[in-house]
Amino acid sequence: MSEVAPAPVPMPAKRRMAQLVMLAFAVLITMGAYANVGLAMDGAIPSGMLTYGLSLGGLMLAAYLVLAKFAPWADPLILPLVTLVNGLGLVMIFRLSETDSDLPSATLASPNTQLLWTLIGIVLFSLTLIFLRDHRALQRLTYTAGAAGLFLLVSPLIPFLGQEINGARIWIGVPGVFSLQPAEFAKLALVVFFAGYLVAKRDVLALAGRRLLFIDLPRARDLGPVLITWGVSLGILVLQKDLGSSLLLFGTFIAMLYIATQRISWVIIGILLFLCGAVLAGMVFSHVQLRGAVYLDPGNPELYNAIGGSEQLMQGLFAMASGGVLGTGLGQGHPELIPLAFSDFIFAATGEELGLTGLMAILMIYALIVQRGLRASLAARDPFTKLLSAGLSFLLAWQIFIIVGGVTNLIPLTGLVTPFMSQGGSALLANWILIALLVRMTDAARRPPPQAIQNEGMTQVFQR
Amino acid sequence: MNRTIKRAAVACLAMFALLMINVNILQGVRASSLSDDARNQRNFYERYAVQRGRITAGGKVILAQSKETKGDFKFLREYPDGRVYAHVTGFFSPESESAIERSENKLLDGSSADLLLQRGIDLFTGEPPRGANVDLTIHPAAQKAAYDALRESGKRGAVVALDPKTGGILAMVSLPTYDPAELSGTNKAEVFKRYDELAKDKSQPLLNRTIANTYPPGSTFKVVTAAAFLEDDSSRGADTTVPAPQVLDLPNTSADLPNYGGAACGSGQVTLRFALERSCNTPFGKIGIDLGYEAMREQLQKFGAGEPLAVPMSVVKSDFGPKEDAAAVAQASIGQRSNQMTPLQMAMIAAGIANDGVVMKPHLVNKITDSNGDTIDETDPEEFTEAVSKETADELTDMMVSVVANGTANRAQISGVQVAGKTGTAETAQGQQPHAWFISFAPADEPRIALAVMVESGAVRGGGEATGGGTAAPIAKAVMEAVLK
Repeated sequence: MSEVAPAPVPMPAKRRMAQLVMLAFAVLITMGAYANVGLAMDGAIPSGMLTYGLSLGGLMLAAYLVLAKFAPWADPLILPLVTLVNGLGLVMIFRLSETDSDLPSATLASPNTQLLWTLIGIVLFSLTLIFLRDHRALQRLTYTAGAAGLFLLVSPLIPFLGQEINGARIWIGVPGVFSLQPAEFAKLALVVFFAGYLVAKRDVLALAGRRLLFIDLPRARDLGPVLITWGVSLGILVLQKDLGSSLLLFGTFIAMLYIATQRISWVIIGILLFLCGAVLAGMVFSHVQLRGAVYLDPGNPELYNAIGGSEQLMQGLFAMASGGVLGTGLGQGHPELIPLAFSDFIFAATGEELGLTGLMAILMIYALIVQRGLRASLAARDPFTKLLSAGLSFLLAWQIFIIVGGVTNLIPLTGLVTPFMSQGGSALLANWILIALLVRMTDAARRPPPQAIQNEGMTQVFQR
Repeated sequence: MNRTIKRAAVACLAMFALLMINVNILQGVRASSLSDDARNQRNFYERYAVQRGRITAGGKVILAQSKETKGDFKFLREYPDGRVYAHVTGFFSPESESAIERSENKLLDGSSADLLLQRGIDLFTGEPPRGANVDLTIHPAAQKAAYDALRESGKRGAVVALDPKTGGILAMVSLPTYDPAELSGTNKAEVFKRYDELAKDKSQPLLNRTIANTYPPGSTFKVVTAAAFLEDDSSRGADTTVPAPQVLDLPNTSADLPNYGGAACGSGQVTLRFALERSCNTPFGKIGIDLGYEAMREQLQKFGAGEPLAVPMSVVKSDFGPKEDAAAVAQASIGQRSNQMTPLQMAMIAAGIANDGVVMKPHLVNKITDSNGDTIDETDPEEFTEAVSKETADELTDMMVSVVANGTANRAQISGVQVAGKTGTAETAQGQQPHAWFISFAPADEPRIALAVMVESGAVRGGGEATGGGTAAPIAKAVMEAVLK
């Protein structure tokens, strides 16, 4: 066998130009979609399109410049992909607001507010990149992040600060001035906490325990963190009736626990605990029970007519069905017939007008964002970065799975925002920060390691 | 940790794969069954998204058209003179339609395969797709005359007129009627409530009495019995003598068949013409018994009864009744017992005699034109059945002219025009007034219209044969005049 020189490790390229072109492409697609909506619905290009185009394009350019300066090695795909889904979400909300209808899905859609939130989101993205030069600083804030996350979760329950809107007590703020959903930010803080905590404790959680049949079982006293998270998730469910967030938090924690410890038994324990929780919740809460029944037979007329029944789910399915493979075309369907078409059901509304083709593209974009994040996790050099980037990527994927799966009747509907598409400021801001963190970590992962100085006094090594 | 991160990455991909497969199943496989769901409001909007074709009569008069509006419902249906044409046009409600709106729906909404080429061209030229127009054989003046005359009688009833040469339906009126506009709005709750009211109304305004219900035809059926008698032996004619006892003893029963009011019919031996003029029961009862059930039923079938028929709305079957004893045949031969005819069938009998014994297929649709006015399809007159020989038809015409000139139907006389006709007074359930009938055609030598008029409870019990003619014949006269003038 002849000696083969080891292949040189390919240097990651910065690919800044490609990113700029893709970013411009994403903004152009969004603008084209705007024009399409206007032409289809009013026979004219929407009057505000120039403002929209300039503000979105301008801020994207600014974000690009910040990224090029402060995270030059960052993954070139993530920002354009996020821009595209965010842009399509804006177009759908704009399209809903243009509908000549009294239905809430048309009257409550507010594209201008959503554009403003998008702009603030991009600013936050840039600020995060500018001020968080090294994300490992977050590791030192592990317990602070945990405490902050818990506080944010319970803050809507605090008198005067918390607000009840539409029957859900998940808001804080001053009535009429502004309101935020702190749970959206709590998710980020808790993932930071999970990452820091698991890096510190993973050896214990991974090694201690005994083997039973084919599974390594952890020690009983190490079950503490899992049980606490489970309890917090159940708390969200009971106190805030927020099924989606509860499932999102618990699932993300279990996934991170598995990644950190490499122990499949944690996943099994997690699933068992989830099933216990689900059965308990089903027995205690009628609304959880109803969700289950709706999932199994959404077309049932009795469930359809029940309060909180399957009407919105069925209307979403009708919309997607009438969209078919190619969709009705933007502005030519009736997505306003779906309740909450601008938030929880924006995926179904998009499916009506862009069809199967459009939905496949959107799912592909989401999948790409998640895979780019996980790639950073693989390439990262320290366990905290690995866990944090994997955790944030999984959080995103899991959230999309829960809401899109719910809307398409793959799993029971629990209600979450569709990242970057649904109307709502808090989720948008939190998700832009999440993307900033991912971008920061891809920058760290792709940055070439400092080259060792080779030429130090010509050290000679002899072999005797 | 890379091993588990890779597994997590695979798990994420699997989640996206599941979502994608599920979306494919939804939008590719389950799409059609889901979008057909009645709870899907889109179907409702779609009904009004296309400019539906016009329904016209005689190429000019608009019976139904779609007008463009603002809002979710782009085109709304209008029915000028809706009540007059209701049973012809039908209605176009949020979830269903009726009559022509129903049977020609695919042409009207443009989804018919016949319009494929036009749709393809529209796609390229950017024209919005439009439905085809349906032109009917209805004669607007005759329809209006029938509607007005029948309404004046204040009774429920039916008038149906045919062009004996082509089978085109010139008038189709059924009273009571309804306003199709009330059932064609977009407010579902309102429309359904109104529909319920109409459907539950005891006077059955939604029922098209000309084709969707049968009635005992009474003495008008004697024309068919006479036809069977003449066809049985070619040597017989209008002046052949037939026995006409005061009372016909029905075999194997204690019942008898008397003439109307128990009156005598001439001298007991009369010509067929005289028997028809006076509408005597006994001669025709006897003819029925002599010819037998099969021959009578066969003659009726030769006039088209029992054949499946759609005009294009389907017509219920008329029937001579089940085979029973001779007494039943005698009664059925004078249009009683289980003998049940649609007014359209009686009009076809008149039209068959008018058209030298050939019954043309009745139809409503004259032609279909696309939105540019180009003809897509035109109905060719079609022979439906051969009822009697030309000679028999001539003899029958001759006798029916006598009925109008000298007999029970003098109120159908039109000055300067020879009218052929036959009256009828059909006994119905006990305690109810009999139905008044009249079938006729004119002019007798070159017929342009044949029709049947039926007025429910239009005659007076015990008022004599002439009462039926008295109510129904003037209505027929008005319709014939509208066509002939």
